[in-house]
Amino acid sequence: MNTTAQTDTALRTRALESLLIEKGLITEDIIDEVVEKYEKDVGPLNGARVVARAWTDPDYKRRLLEDGRAAIAELGFDSAHGAKIVVIENTPDVHHLVVCTLCSCYPWSVLGLPPNWYKSYAYRSRAVREPRAVLLEFDLNLPDTVEIRVWDSNSDLRYMVLPERPAGTEDYTEEQLISLVTRDSMIGVAKIESPSK
Amino acid sequence: MDGIHDMGGMHGFGPIEREENEPLFHHPWESRVLAISVATPVPIPGGSRNNIENMDPAHYLSSSYYEKWLYSRIKGLIDAGVLTPEEMETRMALFKNNPNAETPVHPAPDAVRAELVRSRPATPPQQKTDIQPQFSNGDRVRSRNIHPEGHTRLPRYVRGKYGTVTNYYGIYNLQDAELPTGCTNRQQPLYAVRFEASELWGSAAETKSAVYLDMWESYLEPV
Repeated sequence: MNTTAQTDTALRTRALESLLIEKGLITEDIIDEVVEKYEKDVGPLNGARVVARAWTDPDYKRRLLEDGRAAIAELGFDSAHGAKIVVIENTPDVHHLVVCTLCSCYPWSVLGLPPNWYKSYAYRSRAVREPRAVLLEFDLNLPDTVEIRVWDSNSDLRYMVLPERPAGTEDYTEEQLISLVTRDSMIGVAKIESPSK
Repeated sequence: MDGIHDMGGMHGFGPIEREENEPLFHHPWESRVLAISVATPVPIPGGSRNNIENMDPAHYLSSSYYEKWLYSRIKGLIDAGVLTPEEMETRMALFKNNPNAETPVHPAPDAVRAELVRSRPATPPQQKTDIQPQFSNGDRVRSRNIHPEGHTRLPRYVRGKYGTVTNYYGIYNLQDAELPTGCTNRQQPLYAVRFEASELWGSAAETKSAVYLDMWESYLEPV
């Protein structure tokens, strides 16, 4: 988008905001609060905490795979709009990948706001048709023996991938594990590297 | 609707471009659009996604994510009778000619907050009913080949294709604008259905892969 269009969109947004405030439908404080929530509190660190807990607590992992929303709520992360979250577990034989072909549905409560590539037409169109080619662009080359399952989130459910715990982390504390978990591994476009590598 | 938004399987969009150290927002207005969309207590007639899907295809393709949201929100507020196009034009002109014009401060923020809480109850969309699911895990099913003009969550690439039920999620409200023929209840069992890549993409399919899609019961036919 060029600068003129940016200016126009910024102007339009400001006009909308001021009219809504004037009509008593929103306040500047509420807007600031929502922005701050996504800037500071809701991001992939939430998901990383969920993953690290699942790696270290088998009971928690069982609950997480059975009812993602409830297990995520246990850690204090509310699920946006009460959406049911389905957690799908990567194994050495099965790799999961999440996409939304119709819009850009994403598990906000655990991963925050989606990156631009997730919302891109290229990712939305290609992930279901050629997931291996897509993963190669993310430098993830999965052998043909690994089955790839692509989850197209088209309903009110949201999907999060539970990545594999990397080798060499047997002695890690939960806090150390949290720092290893990446956003992309929870979307399914990356694996988590072993720290010894 | 069979619109430009239904992108699964399309060719021509090129490689996936990633931005290193991508900021949360690329322009300050994006964060305002997000917050307004999340917090304004006015439901959009027909739904936000429906507005976005009905954008002119060229407009859709050339608009960013938050531009689509802004478009949808303004249209929704106008459709709901909350805003008029004239008000928007006048206010934009005011800010354009006088960038330092004061943003009004609403006198009763507590009332706004109360309205927000009232209009956005945090109830899960899952419904409690005595509806019994028609399909079980492992059942072979075929996706109906329907082409509704209104909003639907049944993407084109799967219509008419055979798959296998893998999960039953419970009863959810069908989000389509129209109920499919022969269907009388919006509250329907929701399943995950597995479609083999070869079923969807024929000889162009990659090795050993499958797509899982959430399907309301009225999208499915028994095989």
